[in-house]
Amino acid sequence: MTPTQNPPVSVAIVGAGPAGLFAAQALLAQSPMPVTVDVMDRLPSPYGLVRYGVAPDHPTIKSVVSTLHEILLTPGARFVGGVDLDRTVTRGDLRASYNAVVYATGAPADRKLGIPGEELPGSISATALVSWYNGHPDAVGIELAAESVAVIGAGNVALDIGRILTRPYAQLAATDIPTNVLSHFAAAPVREVHLIARRGPEHAKFSTKELRELGSIDGTSAHVDPRDFATVPGTADDRRVRANLAVFRDWSERPACSSERRVHFHFYEKPVAVLGDGRVEEIQLERTIVDASGRVTGSGRYRTVPVQLVVRAVGYRGMPVADLPFDSTAGVVPNIAGRVIGPEGVPLPGEYVAGWLKRGPTGVIGTNKVDARETVASLLDDWADGQLCASAGRPRLEELLRRRGIPVTGLDGWLAIDAAELRMGAAEGRARSKIADWKSLHELAGAVPRC
Amino acid sequence: MTYVIAQACVDVKDKSCIEQCPVDCIYEGSRMLYINPDECIECGACEPACPMGAIYYDADLPAEFAAAAQNNRDFFALPLPGHPEPIGNPGGARRIGPVDADTELVRGLPSQAARKA
Repeated sequence: MTPTQNPPVSVAIVGAGPAGLFAAQALLAQSPMPVTVDVMDRLPSPYGLVRYGVAPDHPTIKSVVSTLHEILLTPGARFVGGVDLDRTVTRGDLRASYNAVVYATGAPADRKLGIPGEELPGSISATALVSWYNGHPDAVGIELAAESVAVIGAGNVALDIGRILTRPYAQLAATDIPTNVLSHFAAAPVREVHLIARRGPEHAKFSTKELRELGSIDGTSAHVDPRDFATVPGTADDRRVRANLAVFRDWSERPACSSERRVHFHFYEKPVAVLGDGRVEEIQLERTIVDASGRVTGSGRYRTVPVQLVVRAVGYRGMPVADLPFDSTAGVVPNIAGRVIGPEGVPLPGEYVAGWLKRGPTGVIGTNKVDARETVASLLDDWADGQLCASAGRPRLEELLRRRGIPVTGLDGWLAIDAAELRMGAAEGRARSKIADWKSLHELAGAVPRC
Repeated sequence: MTYVIAQACVDVKDKSCIEQCPVDCIYEGSRMLYINPDECIECGACEPACPMGAIYYDADLPAEFAAAAQNNRDFFALPLPGHPEPIGNPGGARRIGPVDADTELVRGLPSQAARKA
């Protein structure tokens, strides 16, 4: 430690997912002067979409938590659970308490299809399904009584859903899916999953590794209509596209077989209506035409497919955060290199964004590391330029929360939840069993109102 | 399964991939970079970052680079010249810094410095 009379720079990071935690890591590593970082989350658990978005059958990717955990153990870092921006604290509270605030709350909403029948019971968002099987405490139970399911979208989230819906129950039971959710999967009669994409196989955003994984599930076979290859180029410049085309071509040449469960890829089709009397019974699709620029138009040729569940996986969408400036078209906070840009077009010193709230819902976990480094460089430059106000730091916020009777939790609280989930898992013969209800999470984390 | 770096990295070592890796599992050898297969979390961030297109998912390696997967493994599992003990799994490249050695396969390759962009 350098001998100094100045208090450390205090930074609040809102959102303890990969974006927020990599911002904390970058701050602690890049700052030339002492810095304290409070990484806040409205949940008593850190890790955001690593815990609640990454599929439960992808434990290798989830193992990034050991890196994220180390960030929280770094001197100067602290996890603060139970801080809900706009419910328990305001943007003004944070601005007054810290030298700088980094918002990293992600893109929590989902895009809609915008077609008739979308609101029928049995038509849901990928976000709702994913947060349910991942044990998010806000998730609502989902009825899986469907033999035939339509999944709309051509990205990895659609693949995750296709895979989780068709995996043999024994494999799902080995994951950390909450026990009450598992019982729904045990009884689920899913036989057919239709993955529906508006454009062709060469346009799909699937990563090859995850595409191939869908074709290698025991008891499930993957199929592509050979007609969908009529206009597809034989090869592609992009290596990922080339590899995807090889996988699809292989599947298109397979005979239709009588495997227990089947995943069908339908290209050049877009949903135009969800139909049913009181709940989803069919989805109406229109054949599309894709022009050279990639623009999609309808062909006027329609068909219906009987399905009992429709899952839209057509993208996440950012949501406004408190009263921060927000670009509702792009779904991001307007920013330059992470500096929040105010209505006058000039940066608001002391306020920054990172992750999906900054760049939109793109990229993989590692993308956040580079993204965070840029934001933190902006923040530290502003500090060096004397642009950040003095602040009372942590104690002021703690005093505020105490006065309001807001219970907050720390890393110990999360470790108690973690230990309880591992204990439950061991008792059930698996690595972890997720706890998904607010009451248990709060009790374990020791969230008791302070007065 | 893991991501692996193929021979196109030899004598180039652009290192853009290192910036991307969230778990710091890409280690620097004398002539190329190597991915630690036990530490890689398979997020895929490194693959598009490489200007040489040297990084592949294990199962997607073209036949000509089939040896790359074992080559990446060997860097950590076998003793290297000047390093009688294997590197193993240090838990992050920053902890050990650059290693002044390469695997037997890479030591045997002629200089490819001319290909550097």
